[in-house]
Amino acid sequence: MKHLILGNGPTGVVAAETLRGVTSADEIVMVGSEPEPPYSRMAIPYLLEGNIDERGTYLRKTDSHFGDLSIRQKQGRARALDTAQRRVTFEDGSVETYDRLLIATGSHPVRPPIPGVDLPQVQTCWTLEDARAIASLASPGSRVLQLGAGFIGCIIMEALAKRGVELTVVEMGDRMVPRMMTPKAGGMIKRWVEEQGIRVVTGAGVQRIDPAGANSAGGIGGMIKSVVQSVTGNKPADSAALTVTLSTGDKLECDLVIVAAGVAPNVDFLAGTAIEVNKGVVVNLAMETGVDGVYAAGDVTEAPDLLTGENIVSAIQPNAADQGRIAALGMAGRKVELPGVLPINVLDTLGLISVSFGQWWGEKPEDDGSGVELADEGLWRYLSLQFKGDVLIGATAIGRTDQVGVLRGLIQNRTSLGRWKKVLMDNPTRFVDAYIATSQPVSIAS
Amino acid sequence: MLKSLHLDPLKCTGCLQCEMACSYEKTGVVNPAKSRIKIFNFEAEGRKVPYTCTQCAEAWCMAACPVEAIKLDKGTGAKVVLEDTCVGCKVCTIACPFGTVNYMADVGKVQKCDLCGGDPACAKACPTGAITYIDADWTGLDKMRAWAEKANAAAL
Amino acid sequence: MAWNRKVLRVNLTNGTCNAEPLNMEWANDYLGSRGLGTKYLFEEIDPKVDPLSPDNKLIMATGPLTGTMASTGGRYTVITKGPLTGAIACSNSGGYFGAELKFAGWDMIIFEGKSAKPVYLYVENDKAELRDASHLWGKTCWETEDLIKESHQDPQIRIASIGRSGENQVMFACIVNDLHRAAGRSGVGAVMGSKNLKAVALRGTVGVSGIKDFAAFLKASNDAKKVLKENAVTGQGLPTYGTQVLMNVINEVGALPTRNHLDVQFEDASKISAEAMHEVRESDGKKHLLTNAACFGCTIACGRISKIDQNHFTVVNSPKYWGASGGLEYEAAWALGAANGVGDLEALQYANMLCNEDGYDPITFGATVGAVMELYEMGVLTKEQIGIEAPFGSAKALAFLAELTSRGEGFGKEVGLGSKRLCEKYGHPELSMSVKGQEFPAYDGRGIQGIGLNYATSNRGACHVRGYTVASEVLGIPVKTEPTATEGKPELVKAFQDATTIFDSAGICLFTSFAWTLADVQPQLQAACEGDWSMEKLNLVGERIWNLEREFNLAAGFTRKDDDLPPRLKNEPCKTGPAKGVVSHVEEMLPEYYKVRGWDSEGVPTAQTRTRLGL
Repeated sequence: MKHLILGNGPTGVVAAETLRGVTSADEIVMVGSEPEPPYSRMAIPYLLEGNIDERGTYLRKTDSHFGDLSIRQKQGRARALDTAQRRVTFEDGSVETYDRLLIATGSHPVRPPIPGVDLPQVQTCWTLEDARAIASLASPGSRVLQLGAGFIGCIIMEALAKRGVELTVVEMGDRMVPRMMTPKAGGMIKRWVEEQGIRVVTGAGVQRIDPAGANSAGGIGGMIKSVVQSVTGNKPADSAALTVTLSTGDKLECDLVIVAAGVAPNVDFLAGTAIEVNKGVVVNLAMETGVDGVYAAGDVTEAPDLLTGENIVSAIQPNAADQGRIAALGMAGRKVELPGVLPINVLDTLGLISVSFGQWWGEKPEDDGSGVELADEGLWRYLSLQFKGDVLIGATAIGRTDQVGVLRGLIQNRTSLGRWKKVLMDNPTRFVDAYIATSQPVSIAS
Repeated sequence: MLKSLHLDPLKCTGCLQCEMACSYEKTGVVNPAKSRIKIFNFEAEGRKVPYTCTQCAEAWCMAACPVEAIKLDKGTGAKVVLEDTCVGCKVCTIACPFGTVNYMADVGKVQKCDLCGGDPACAKACPTGAITYIDADWTGLDKMRAWAEKANAAAL
Repeated sequence: MAWNRKVLRVNLTNGTCNAEPLNMEWANDYLGSRGLGTKYLFEEIDPKVDPLSPDNKLIMATGPLTGTMASTGGRYTVITKGPLTGAIACSNSGGYFGAELKFAGWDMIIFEGKSAKPVYLYVENDKAELRDASHLWGKTCWETEDLIKESHQDPQIRIASIGRSGENQVMFACIVNDLHRAAGRSGVGAVMGSKNLKAVALRGTVGVSGIKDFAAFLKASNDAKKVLKENAVTGQGLPTYGTQVLMNVINEVGALPTRNHLDVQFEDASKISAEAMHEVRESDGKKHLLTNAACFGCTIACGRISKIDQNHFTVVNSPKYWGASGGLEYEAAWALGAANGVGDLEALQYANMLCNEDGYDPITFGATVGAVMELYEMGVLTKEQIGIEAPFGSAKALAFLAELTSRGEGFGKEVGLGSKRLCEKYGHPELSMSVKGQEFPAYDGRGIQGIGLNYATSNRGACHVRGYTVASEVLGIPVKTEPTATEGKPELVKAFQDATTIFDSAGICLFTSFAWTLADVQPQLQAACEGDWSMEKLNLVGERIWNLEREFNLAAGFTRKDDDLPPRLKNEPCKTGPAKGVVSHVEEMLPEYYKVRGWDSEGVPTAQTRTRLGL
């Protein structure tokens, strides 16, 4: 039996290791498209901050790890898949056959169709190669414009700020991390980030990016420039590389534009196959694509949501690991199912830590939804719990790091909270008590 | 035979000697805020409940770690955070459905119970026998495991 | 250096919070907590100041062992000039608050001035700020804790607050921390209220790192914990029965003050005893006592956690009291029960909960109700004045007066004065069972002569925990002395008083002294603190602290005549029990006491004594 795994991110690695754990004799091939050993994109911000070196981003720390497990590694990017012949053709012309295929090709950053988006000083922040480029361009004092304040934008923001750049963040949405945080929480994060000296422009997009000199820095752009100069006390470098025009008409001079405007699944090579692709590769809870012998897992997939049952793309590390494991077990003939995808997120925006879980936006009252929201903007604390009946379905928190995992526990266990529902509606901060009380009722029985 | 921590709320008085011992063992400072075992107070029920990692078989934290900073200690069964490797991404803190991996902002790392290499300081410090470190088969751990497994089963 | 060496000074008038270094010279002379706080107060205020004026200061102080593994090392002391007495007030509390102050990096907080509007202090490590408390004003201590924890979204915050009685300046208002632990006596809560300071909320994540020789400290504290565990009182009696174990014991000795000290034995003592708390109630088939509980670091765990009978008339319509809550300790059970002749355990628990909920001292409250009941039986006070028939033994009157006192309404305002002012107001000052304006606790100074002398000379007014000679006179700790004898009692009282200051100033609980002597504390202090903390030094520091408190009181205007007991104890002999026919011989013992203290015949430390103690 030969297992071919396309992708060597966390999904591919966990799948390969899981396969080896349950099949001693099968052939396992794991294909990555980048020259480096399997590494974690999650760790790139810490690399940019200088907390770790490139090696610190590697998913497995010993060089011989995969060799020791008889997992063959290959570098290449899939160009075409033939499900009838069970073979994958790569861009270099090489071919691999398979008995079982795992599509774990992940996703890539989207470059919006903006004039100038392909200029050399416009970077994404996704790969180690990107990180090297940013590290060379984002020197102290340089002016950086970041397009997008979603999850990825936020996690690289701190790294950029710590490098001493003068940072402006432009976000289309009305708040920061609009797809992960409630309006109030997103607003608090924005205010926090601004207080740390980062300029945040929400409700705006980038209209065009021009090489500097193509347009004079007069008008509003010039005004902003002088304001920034007076606020920061930094004298901007004389020769800016780029002039960025916002949808508001403002013009900003900068040395580097970082595009963090979302990601899209790597599915081009599936064109013309029978594999159903929507936003991502559509899979069931066993990570099966519906085509015999072909599985998909991780960022590239869309799988049924734990709570709503609707297919969702969940580009997060724990999901990658879970799906990789489920897929591998299926490939080894030990079919198991995920109970559903549960979105969970944790974010550190310059020291302000926020989390969100599940259906954090809540459920409609007519569908038995209810919720409670607690905010103290002065203390930078926020907590929202959302229920359907007496079951927690979603949560958002800012400024809390202790025992936050129980929010996941309560949601994924679909714990019936009983009388604790009222306790939490009265005082949501007691969620850990509610978890312990409902999971270990014997502890508090009198 | 693997040993495990057996926690008995009925014997806990809430003195927090365990939290002091744990924090001192792990940080060199008497600092319950840094303890990996926590005593939760249920005022209306009149109960103090010791709570820490059960070293669950699924090891959600370990699976979620993007940089292999959580490893299995084969001698004790503990899932151990390698502080030098941890980058502080906090993913394990939201992955663990028991809430027993916590982020420490001041050091930029996560921490969790590691059973002190097989000689847990909390159990030694407990004056009432509410925390004991005993053979897994003898403990009420069955109950805790059952509860842990229920949670695990629900998710996987 | 188990001290953090850092003081937080909060000026409520200006709204400022500033850090300053701890005066280590003073720490070396006065150790910490009670002693060190008293030194600061003595140096910073005029002892003649009006206790409820902005010129008074309020100090919350920890000791070097607070926030360490030393058993019971979680205590803090509130030091101020007390409104109930006009004397030095020094009220000690356990729970978790004191340790949290240490973990936040501080040794003490000094509050001065008065805020223009209600505020609470929030301390998160080195960050300290005064925050608006207008939404908390009028709330109980319980509500205040909940509201602060909820608004800060941090269940781990530790809070000390005043309830409505502190706001209303009830003369015996407490500062309540951790829901049912209190700096209870002398009206320290009224001082807090007078400053418009509603609460102090702490979150400490820095910890205590400065223990001098940790290995030696761990050994010393472990050795000492073993002593506690192996001792019958601290290892078994207190965890099982709490301080309430004393109810039947003291009743049998004939020293259980009953009905405002008219009697010394209470016929219903067994109904309100520890044993009764363990019995299954007929009404609901449950035990009154749910479990025991510990304060921070305590390996004794004498605390009571009770559940009141939901069918009892006091709470049948108030479900909020049905959950577990802090239960009756001996002093509260005595004051709310025997002192009034009330033998209804559930009624006592109800009144006790109200004391915790709104923060007032059950000893002074119960004793004042005792005086009210005597005045009622004498016909001096009427049903119309009080609002209820209030004969001795009326559980309904007790509950009614507790409710009024909590709310500061009706006759509750009179009760809120304490017995001295109330009895004076109604023309019978002799019926206040108090010294320096503070009511007696639960031991009769006739049946136990030494404790009577201790009451008379206690620096904060009548108090058992300044010099608990009961240990020797009744329990035989460390050696048995005859309770009704007077010979040698002045020396005994002095020895207990001085040693107690060390327990209080170290940051540990006096209850350890059922098993520990200073020789058990000394190695812990020596290992934790830099400098010399030999037995000789501790004895000197103990005596120095006692004398500094005395100096404060003398400067405040107290004289020899204030070192006295009410006429009833001197003139009305015990009617029953082993001490039948006995009165207090305090006046005979006092001159000898002054002598062993090195004070002149007016109770003033001689120049020689002052020199010896470095005062």
